[in-house]
Amino acid sequence: MQNQQSNSIRTVVATGIGAAVIFVLMKFVAIPTGIPNTQVNVSIGFLALLGAVFGPVAAGLAVFIGHALNDFVTYGSPWWTWVIVDGLIGVAFGLAKNRLKIANGALSTAKLVWFNVYQIIVNFIGWVLLAPTGDIIIYHEPANKVYVQGVTTWIIDSISVAIIGTILLVLYSRTRTQRGSLKKER
Amino acid sequence: MQNQLLIGYDDRHTFLNRLSGSTKLLSFVGLSVIGMMTYDTRYLIGIMIFSLILFHFSKIKYRDVSFVMSVIIGFSVLNLVMVYVFAPHYGVDIYGTEHLLLGSSNHYFNLTTEQLFYEFNLLLKYTFAVPLALIFLMTTNPSEFAASLNKIGISYRISYSVAIALRYIPDVQSDYRTISLAQQARGFEISKKAPFMTRVRGGVQIMLPLIFSSLDRIEVISQAMELRRFGKGKKRTWYMAQKFQRNDYLALFVVALLILIGIALFKVNGGRFWNPFK
Repeated sequence: MQNQQSNSIRTVVATGIGAAVIFVLMKFVAIPTGIPNTQVNVSIGFLALLGAVFGPVAAGLAVFIGHALNDFVTYGSPWWTWVIVDGLIGVAFGLAKNRLKIANGALSTAKLVWFNVYQIIVNFIGWVLLAPTGDIIIYHEPANKVYVQGVTTWIIDSISVAIIGTILLVLYSRTRTQRGSLKKER
Repeated sequence: MQNQLLIGYDDRHTFLNRLSGSTKLLSFVGLSVIGMMTYDTRYLIGIMIFSLILFHFSKIKYRDVSFVMSVIIGFSVLNLVMVYVFAPHYGVDIYGTEHLLLGSSNHYFNLTTEQLFYEFNLLLKYTFAVPLALIFLMTTNPSEFAASLNKIGISYRISYSVAIALRYIPDVQSDYRTISLAQQARGFEISKKAPFMTRVRGGVQIMLPLIFSSLDRIEVISQAMELRRFGKGKKRTWYMAQKFQRNDYLALFVVALLILIGIALFKVNGGRFWNPFK
């Protein structure tokens, strides 16, 4: 019970600070790709770590708030379909927490491979299936334009998670103590 | 420090400043949702004029927002060009008629009045909420914003997360600058002159310290909040919360009226589009 209480506080704080970090990364480390409104998004690599450490609620809400605030101050109003899809991807990354068990120490190669296959599928569902469909239904934009944007974002975000996300996960897991690493002296 | 959220809040002593944060939040969300749904040009122009009038009353200097405006205009133009390149006949599909201006109807790139009209609608949709958003950002105190989120029914834990995000964005930003300068002093090139891969590597070198110091910060803050017994009660009061006054009810009434007109126009037009070509 005690533990649960402090976990829920940690979720609230992780959401807030996570949103602030995502906001800053989106704002300052944006490298354009040439296709309008798609950028090399390093914040999504951070999102993978946030999800693996703090779980679905914190990651989903953090990216929702961070993305919405960033759109708000850059474009005037949030592009809701993409903000919501980003939130869902955060939740999906958070669901990997129980599988990765990052708090228990170093990650095996098998886990990292599994995570990368998982994130590519998640990104595909989000950016190629959900986001463009939302744009067509809600904003009534031409289909091939939004699909090009969606596919570009899928590829870039998957690469970004594969490189930055994996580096972050490995580095973070090394700072944790390996489970069962203590031995009783005889 | 807290108030320097890129384009800053400032108390400009206008009636917009005195409205409560909840009123401004509800009005902004309501108007932007209805504007997102509708493709009625007359309605969008109406809302645009309404928000420009409000912008005039808010006493915000154009100088303060000119950079944001240029970014938004650039973004809209890029998008409009892209829509044209990918779907130059989309307007014809929507409105069902074809009035050629340039080229012939069997060319891929021709120009029709319908396409111009559709893209004009898109431009309105990209920009109509901008004055409203700027007013909202520049007349609402960030601390009051969290209080108003809670007031319109969002759980206080989530509101508090938003408050923490707004409170720590300037801190994370200054951390980012410090780390970036330190890494540049060590010889990492991250400016536009550097090749792509060098820039990416430079970006990662800044990200790592930033992220790990933020994870430490999460631990410190959550322990501090636990010591102050955060989350023990079912409700929470807010120092910055404001009571609704007569003007708040008046503003909400006007906005509700505008939204109802928008919904009524769906009925009148028989859909989301207003078709002047019929």
